[in-house]
Amino acid sequence: MNTMATPCHTAPALTLDRVSFTHRGQRLLGEISLRLAGPGKTLVMGPNGAGKSLLLRLCHGLLQPTAGRVHWTTPAPHRPPRQAMVFQRPVLLRRSALANLTYALATIGTPFSQRRRRAWDALERFGLTTIAQRPARVLSGGEQQRLALARAWLLEPQVLFLDEPTSALDPAAIKAVEDAVNEFNHQGIRIVMTSHDLHQARRLADNVVFLSGGQLIEHTPAERFFASPDTRQAQAFIQGELIW
Amino acid sequence: MAMPALIENALANALTLVIDLDPALRDIVVLSLRISLTAVVVASLIALPLGAALALWHFPGRGLIVVALNALMGLPPVVAGLTVYLLLSRAGPFGELGLLFTPAAMVIAQVVLVLPIIAALTRQQIEALWAEYGEQLTSFGHGRLRAIPTLLWDARFGLITVILAGFGRASAEVGAVLIVGGNIDGVTRVMTTAIALETNKGNLALALGLGIVLLTLVALVNAAAYLIGESARRRLG
Repeated sequence: MNTMATPCHTAPALTLDRVSFTHRGQRLLGEISLRLAGPGKTLVMGPNGAGKSLLLRLCHGLLQPTAGRVHWTTPAPHRPPRQAMVFQRPVLLRRSALANLTYALATIGTPFSQRRRRAWDALERFGLTTIAQRPARVLSGGEQQRLALARAWLLEPQVLFLDEPTSALDPAAIKAVEDAVNEFNHQGIRIVMTSHDLHQARRLADNVVFLSGGQLIEHTPAERFFASPDTRQAQAFIQGELIW
Repeated sequence: MAMPALIENALANALTLVIDLDPALRDIVVLSLRISLTAVVVASLIALPLGAALALWHFPGRGLIVVALNALMGLPPVVAGLTVYLLLSRAGPFGELGLLFTPAAMVIAQVVLVLPIIAALTRQQIEALWAEYGEQLTSFGHGRLRAIPTLLWDARFGLITVILAGFGRASAEVGAVLIVGGNIDGVTRVMTTAIALETNKGNLALALGLGIVLLTLVALVNAAAYLIGESARRRLG
């Protein structure tokens, strides 16, 4: 992979200030106070229904918290950082793979004359040139997710959110996604990713946000989290026990 | 038994008219197509964005509009015709325009008939697509307004079927165009009104000939809708 045109050295910091999310009278998340700073990779972990995806959506701004505040500290004040999100099931437009990428470039205002060339660069980078003209939605699961990553890469994000991006993929495709995540991070892109796979988290995480039952249980550097977590719930989770 | 011979005779004459491209028949077919195509284009230009907006925005009274559109899909053509007639008649609010008994009045009546169909079905399709695309498009930083062209384009094959359904309704109805057009020979006589008139007059050959053309047209439209849907499913998944 080539180096990216404009690596960003100052990572934006995300602060959640007593954030909670309530739906139809039921509190699904919170209150959570959390600060994600530094350039690393944060893995959001926890059992099913812990609120991992919900937390990610609140951070990305797809959902607004019912109470509390989500805000960014960036080098350019009062402007949220450029962000992108990769979903568990990639949402691809009913167009060719190439057209999906040029569409993304249009959304960030890339001049028309440059879109095709830049889209091809991305296809090359993610090993997708052979499927450029195929309809995106008939690609295999692994190809679709790589295309979603290529699209996210073209958006030149400072922060990339990934919601269980490998949960439906085979081992080879999982490796391709994890390699891409590492490469993104080497380019200076802040990673926030959910996963319920402990092995994957061990491979990727710099720090771990552990949720259970909509509550933040702990936020610890990865080494400590996997060796000797601060809380009994995290211990149980790592040892594969059920958490009630 | 006189009837079978009569029908046989009429059928033979009808086929001759169709095959020879009889000028009277041709003029009626051309006028019918012109009116219905214009109506469908006008209705689509309004109904596609309207349906998409109804799918994306939730506001007080939205449910009422959705129910009204769904109900209007089954609006009896004669009622649509009567309404447009009252609006365009000399004493009506738009009487000054002098549109009654012109092709323009027929276009308006067909727009009234077709618009609810296209709007209501568009809303359903765009709502389903938004459920799938919503988060991704929001993640791109799109507002709902900016999402509309994307959604309409990505729903294009489904929407073509919707528009063809509208065209089917417009070209096959008789009540509305009869009331506001008046079935004037050479001016506002279209296939359906001509069939009604020629049947009454006993000119079964021309009526049957027009019936064959109309039936073929409707069959072609449905075949096109089917083929478009099938190829979209195969190609786009």
